[in-house]
Amino acid sequence: MSTKLIYFAWVRERIGKPEEHVELPAGIETVADLLRWLKSRGEEYENALQYPDVIRVAINQEHVGHREKIAGAREIALFPPMTGG
Amino acid sequence: MAGAIVPAIRIQREDFDVAAEIAGLTAGRADIGAVVTFSGLCRDEQGALSALELEHYPGMAEAEIGRIAAQALERWPLQGLTVIHRHGKIAPGENIVLVVAASSHRQAAFEAANFLMDYLKSRAPFWKKEHRADGSEGGWVEAKEADDRAADRWKKQRE
Repeated sequence: MSTKLIYFAWVRERIGKPEEHVELPAGIETVADLLRWLKSRGEEYENALQYPDVIRVAINQEHVGHREKIAGAREIALFPPMTGG
Repeated sequence: MAGAIVPAIRIQREDFDVAAEIAGLTAGRADIGAVVTFSGLCRDEQGALSALELEHYPGMAEAEIGRIAAQALERWPLQGLTVIHRHGKIAPGENIVLVVAASSHRQAAFEAANFLMDYLKSRAPFWKKEHRADGSEGGWVEAKEADDRAADRWKKQRE
């Protein structure tokens, strides 16, 4: 099953695209697993996800922690801490 | 508490009219005793900023502000609630965000507006990028720990 990944702000700029569809390999169960796997996909990902702890994640448009399971996620968004308001 | 209040939440590029938004909540009713509004404006630091560009997550921005508004409605006896957050390029002096909270008494309206702003800052998916007056790109505004602490204090109060 293909999962839609969406990036915002400097995560988007560093990865170099606003979104993409990926086939997650077996064994990627949590948000932390996903970040680790993405980081290994190339220099731009390494650059964006160098400090995974600061990356905020939303699954299906709701905030989640890094231990959250990603099974069934249609849309996973990665972004820096928010600065609205 | 009175019947279910449906908060008005708008994510828009256009500016808003504070007086019109207050009137929208209070027109035709006599049971509202207090209206608190908070407006957040784009602030220039010593002439260095030409604009802030606000990026947002369409869909989630509305959904997350809706969740925050629902929490406010659960905690305080509000009679009306409006939240507007702009996106796109915003020049210094222009509006960015508006919260209007209406209630019978002032305390609920003050606290709900305060709570909403603290939560919007740390949980609503918006990101500010600076454009400098000298034409250079100023980079992304960094999140402040103080904003996270401001949101956290509402949790502590609740426990």
